[in-house]
Parts: sequence; structure tokens; C-alpha cells
Amino acid sequence: MELKNESGRLCPEGELTIYSAAECKDALLAALEESDGLEIDLGSVTEIDTAGVQLLILLKSEAKRAGKTLTLSRHSAAVIDLTELFNLAGWFGDPLVIPAER
Amino acid sequence: MSTMSEALQTFLAESRGLLEAMEEGLLKLEEIPDDSEAINSVFRAAHTIKGSAGLFGFDEIVAFTHEAESVLDKVRDGELALSEAMIGLFLSCRDHLSHLLDLLASDSDADDETRQRGDALVAQLSACLGGAGSRSMPVEQEAVFHREGGDGAQGDAWHVSVRFGRDVMKNGLDPASFIRYLGTLGQLSHVETVFDAMPPAHEMDPEECYLGFEIRFHGEVDKTEIESVFEFVREDCELRILPPGSKLSEYLQLIHELPEEDLLLGDLLVRSGAITRRELEEGLAVQGQESTSDEAAPPLGEILVERQAVQTELVDAALAKQKDVRQRQSQEARFIRVHADKLDSMINLVGELVIASAGVGLIAGRNKDAAMMEAVSEMARLVEDIRDGAMRLRMVEIGETFNRFRRVVRDVSKELGKDIELIISGADTELDKSVVERIGDPLTHLVRNAMDHGIESAETRIARGKPARGSLRLNAYHESGSVVIEVGDDGGGLSRERIVAKAQEKGLIEDAQGLSDAEVWNLIFEPGFSTSDAVSNLSGRGVGMDVVKRNIEALRGTVEIESRAGSGSTFRIRLPLTLAIIDGFLMAVGEGHYVVPLDMVLECVELGEGRSSDEPDYINLRGEVLPLLRLREHFGLEGPVVRRHNVVVVQWGGRKAGLVVDELEGELQAVIKPLGRIFAGLRGLSGSTILGSGEVALVLDVAQLLEHARLREAEAVSAVSVGRTSERTANAMTG
Repeated sequence: MELKNESGRLCPEGELTIYSAAECKDALLAALEESDGLEIDLGSVTEIDTAGVQLLILLKSEAKRAGKTLTLSRHSAAVIDLTELFNLAGWFGDPLVIPAER
Repeated sequence: MSTMSEALQTFLAESRGLLEAMEEGLLKLEEIPDDSEAINSVFRAAHTIKGSAGLFGFDEIVAFTHEAESVLDKVRDGELALSEAMIGLFLSCRDHLSHLLDLLASDSDADDETRQRGDALVAQLSACLGGAGSRSMPVEQEAVFHREGGDGAQGDAWHVSVRFGRDVMKNGLDPASFIRYLGTLGQLSHVETVFDAMPPAHEMDPEECYLGFEIRFHGEVDKTEIESVFEFVREDCELRILPPGSKLSEYLQLIHELPEEDLLLGDLLVRSGAITRRELEEGLAVQGQESTSDEAAPPLGEILVERQAVQTELVDAALAKQKDVRQRQSQEARFIRVHADKLDSMINLVGELVIASAGVGLIAGRNKDAAMMEAVSEMARLVEDIRDGAMRLRMVEIGETFNRFRRVVRDVSKELGKDIELIISGADTELDKSVVERIGDPLTHLVRNAMDHGIESAETRIARGKPARGSLRLNAYHESGSVVIEVGDDGGGLSRERIVAKAQEKGLIEDAQGLSDAEVWNLIFEPGFSTSDAVSNLSGRGVGMDVVKRNIEALRGTVEIESRAGSGSTFRIRLPLTLAIIDGFLMAVGEGHYVVPLDMVLECVELGEGRSSDEPDYINLRGEVLPLLRLREHFGLEGPVVRRHNVVVVQWGGRKAGLVVDELEGELQAVIKPLGRIFAGLRGLSGSTILGSGEVALVLDVAQLLEHARLREAEAVSAVSVGRTSERTANAMTG
């Protein structure tokens, strides 16, 4: 997975899965620590598994605990699919844009 | 990550095993259509493949297997009768699945042809169901819930509570896929993700799983089916399932048992619609009272059991089932999968050990140290045991290979419109794994040929006074250090005239005068013999027989034919038992050492003194003419000539010959090392081995040498007059 870091905006690319979970965790947590408000653009996540979702949960909880805002945006189809399966969209609280054709 | 691909490998291996079981079951059903054991095994195979494929998210396999399973389910319940056409259909489904697995293994996508075939099969399957649709279609469900009291919890949904173990993801399994798969069995009406177990960020290991799920699930399934969804993580997750119509108290117990805080869980359950807020509050309050009013309050479970006697039975049943599963698992554990490479490297080492121990034995003998020699002989015995044990590890029963032919025979006989029965015997005969793997193709060829050209059509058979049903025999047995595999039929047998005519036409022989039957039969193995028109005019069973022979010879084996006009023919393949280590008999000629496999040695006799090399090469061995082969001349050896020679009588494939050597050196264990490529053209040698002294000995290829001796014998018989022969053999006897 590649991380494109613009200020306050992270754009993970490719897989967000168990294979990349360890490096992602460090990168994402570090980014969250540095900023007050972070946006994670999920538009380029082609594949996500339970480990990936779990990581997003961790980030969200961590942000809440530290009083920071963490926004997830531009969810890709794969992310929406799993978020819905786990019924976590409400908990994450970020607007989901569901593509017209699925 | 390697764990994932390992899990996939396991899946593929298991599924292939299941497909084999499925085929076996189906073929059995063809003979005994109402064999419930066989129906069950076919159903189980389909069900398990579907389940495991679901876990890996192989939707195509799941969807396809599901259709087949639905029909099988109806068959199992006796709602559908199993017709011959349906067995054929299921066999095609099995082939399709096997093809899908192959695609998966090669990591490629299904092409259009595959898809079309799959669709066609699905259409046929649903036709079997009378278009009623498959099992998981939401079916109008009768109200099965029996609620106690009027508390209005949702009674018609299963409640599945699962907490995944930490290592699930590391083991290559994705919790999401279990839930997705559960979704395919029915409808997930509500999922709540529980992640309270997740530690603070710095302690959290992103490769561990901290999640749990509370799931409301609608579907016409039973508890075992839901449990089987989680089969792969059974050891690695906490699973609680409440059936539809569970009592409020059971939900309270669930709340109580789960690791999370009661109130929080209660909230979850309320949200998932399992219970109402009011029920929760009342329930928790009652529980609280009970525990405060009496210090030694009975555990909740007990209360529940007291209140509902039915629960104990359920518990007992569950326990019994668990025990059953555990027993089955322990039985499965009697087999372990070992990578073939590991086995090979071990056998290699054992080979080195054999050589080394021979070296030790030699030194001990030279030093004449009695205690040492005793210790060495003890060690040699152990090494021998290890060697035998190691070789046995590689041995597999040929039965599995034979069983594959049930299908071949079935399909080909349908294709040809002949009724043919396959009779298998000697299925427990063991031979080396590498040999088993490579004997499949030649056998298939022989079996097909026997069915195509050997066994006559039913009309011809009846006209010839034979039973209409033809029979094909596959047999295997051990014989003097080799394994014999027979493919026999009760057909018309080979026609000598036609083969001779064909061979003459092809220019293989001038005329058949003086050719024995066996020699004529062997003509069909000649490369030029097989042509396509040979198939149609029954002149022989030509198709690719030269390839069959080459394949068998590559395994150091031989093939012979026995045929009787009108009553069938038998192809007899003779293969060496193992390819790596043998018990050998060591001999010396000149300065070189030679080894023959001990199993082939019949006896040793002394040859009369002073017989020079220009005398004919045969002796009279107790009234039998024994052709001799002088190794010295055969290999063109030099070196000091000894006065007395010895004859080692060897046997292979029913033929005998005497090898004339200088010295007999006794038995040894020989680790056969292949000869290099440059020696490939050398006839009569099959390998080399290293002696304890460090010298090299050559392993003789007895089959080839015997062939040579036979030719010499034929020459000798035609060249020498009968009177001279008897005179000389008499000489040999007295000398």
C-alpha cells in the first residue's frame, strides 16, 4: 500500500488488508498524531478486509479519545461493501456516497 | 503472505479429496441406487466444498455447488429419486467443479466455455428440482417459535454471537468472509460489530483480531449448519447460537456469558432487535435481585436449566455432538501431510547412512576387533530397519489409481455403447509413489484400448456364447522384488493373422515364420505399427502402444502380452518395487564390481574349469538349458583371468540366465545412483552404487541382459547341431 500524504489528508492506495496492516497502522497513527484534524481518502482502496476495517475503527476511536476529528471520505466500493456488512457506517458517522450503479 | 497460500493449498487438496469421494459415491450409487451411505457421502462432499469455498470467497464455486447441493438434499430426503441420468449429471458437475478448482490453482479466470458449461449444468439441476428453485430461496416459513409469555422479542430470527480469536487473521482467514458466507445461507437482518476488546493504539497489533459480532439471522437452517459456517475457526472463536424463539432468559444468559459489560451488550441486543429495552431492564433487574437476596445464588445457567428441563437435553445433545466431532478429528489426525521433498531428502540421507555403515563394517572386519564387529552388526541391523521404514514411507497403495478407472470404464463404456464391468483386485498392493504417479497414463491407454478393441459388442459376445456384459480386470501383486500390474479383458483376444499382415505391410517383418505368439504380440509395441486405420480394422490395438511401452521402460519396467483367441488378452506390466535402495548381490569381474538386485538371484553355481570363451554359452542346469552371459566378454573387460568361474543364475519376468563372473562377493545394500547422461546409451547397466570401501560398483540391468542372452540363445540353437549340444552340456555337468 502506498500512502500519499498531503497536509491533513491521507490517501492510502491499493490494499488495506492484513498484509499491509502493520505498516499502515504506524503510518496512519503517526499522521493522526501530527495533525489536529485528519481526513483519510479511501477512494483508492481497492481491497479491504477485516484487518483494514479494524484499523479504521482503531483510528476513529483514537481520534475520539484525543479529541481530534478524523474524517473518512470518498469510500471506494470495497470499503462501502465491508462497512455495510459490519453495519459500521453509523458508528463511523462519515457520509457515505453510494454510487448510483452497484 | 505464505499462510494464505498454505490455507489455499489445504483447501485445494481437501476439495480434490472430496471430489474423489464424491465420484466414488456416485459410481456406487449407479450400482445400488438407494445406498444411503453413498448419498450422504456425496452430499457431505458437496456441502463441505461449498462451505470452505465460501470462506475463501470463491463465489463461483459456492454458487455452483449450492445448486448441486440443493438437488442432493432433496435426494437425501427421499423427495427426489436418483435416476441414472441424474448420476450422470452429478458426475458432470463434479468434473466442472474439478475444472473450477484447476482454474483456481492456476490463478486464472473462467473462460466463456467454462461459464456456459456451468450455466448449462445449473439449468439441468434446476430442471431436476422441477423449477422449484433452490433451498436457500426465502421460503414461506411456518411460525415455529413458541414463546413463553407475551414478551415481544423477535422470535423468528436466529441470534448468532461470535467472538473471533486473536489469531484468526494470522491464520489466513478473514472474519468478514464467515459473515458473508452466513449471509448466503439466509438473510442477515442485523449485524452489530463489537470491538470493545480492542486495546489502546500502542498495544494493538493490527494483525490480530479483536472483533466480535452479534448477528440476527433469518434462514431456514438448523443449528449445525450455522455452526458449520464457523467450522474453520471452531477452535479459534467463541460461538453462541440462540435459535429462533429463544426465551428472554436465554438472551440474558448470553449477555451474562459474554466478556463485554452487561449493559453495553444489552444495548447491542436491543439495537439488533433481539430484545426490547423494557425486557432488558426488567431482566437485568430480576437477575440483580436474585443475586443480592441470596448470597449463594445459583449460577444463571442452573436457574435456566431448572426452569426449562428441555435445556439439559439440548446440552447433552450438544456435548455428544462435540465428542463425536472430536473423535473424528482425532481419527483424521492419524494422517499427516508431508512434503514429498522432505521425504526424498530423508531417503537420500538414509542412503548415505547405508553407505557409511557399510564402510564402518569393512574397517571393523579388517581390524578383527570382535566387540567392534558385534556393535557394527547391531548397527547394520538398525540401519537396515531404518532403510526399510524409509522406503515404506514412500509406498502407496495402488488402489487409488485403480479406482480412478471406475470412472474411465463407466464413461468409455457409455461412449461405446458396451456394457463393461470393472473388476479390481490386489488394490492394497503397494509400490513407490513416484512409480504410481507415472503409471497412470500407460494404464489409461491400456484400459481404453481393451475396452475399445478388446471387448466385443454385446451382440457379438452373445453370438459367441459369452455373457453380454464384458469384464475388464485390473490386478496387482508382488512377485520377486517387482510389482506386477495386469490389465485383462475377456474379449476376442489379439488376432495373429491381422497383426502379422499389418506388420508385413508396414515392413516390420518379412514373414511370420518361426515367430512365437509372444513375439507377434510384441509387434504392436513397434513405433511404426500404430496408425489411425489400425483402430478401425481391429488389426491390433495400435493407438500409441509404442508410447505405452516407452513409458513403462522409463520406469525400468517391462510389459508382456498374453492372449488367447476368443477368450481375451492380458497386458502384464512388471515394475521394480523401488527406485532408490535395493538389496544387492555383489560380484567381481576383472577389477570391476557389479551388483544385481538380490531378489533376482536364484542361485550360484560353479562353472567347470578351463572352459574357454569360444565355447557355446549355455549349460545344463538340472536338465534345463541355461543360457550363459559372460560379463567379461559382454563388457569387453581386461585384467587377470581367473581359473574358475562362477555362474549367478538370475531370473526376470519368467526368464532365466546365468551370468558368468570371476568372483562372488556376497550381499550388500546398494544405494542406486543414476548414471550420468553420457552413459544413457549404455545397454545393460541401470546405475551405480558406492561400496563401503569407497569403490564404485555398477548395477546391472538384468532385464536388458536377459534379452541379450535370449538372442544369443536363439542364435546358438539354430547354429549348433543337437548332438553337439548334448555333448557339451554333459561336459558342463561333469566339470
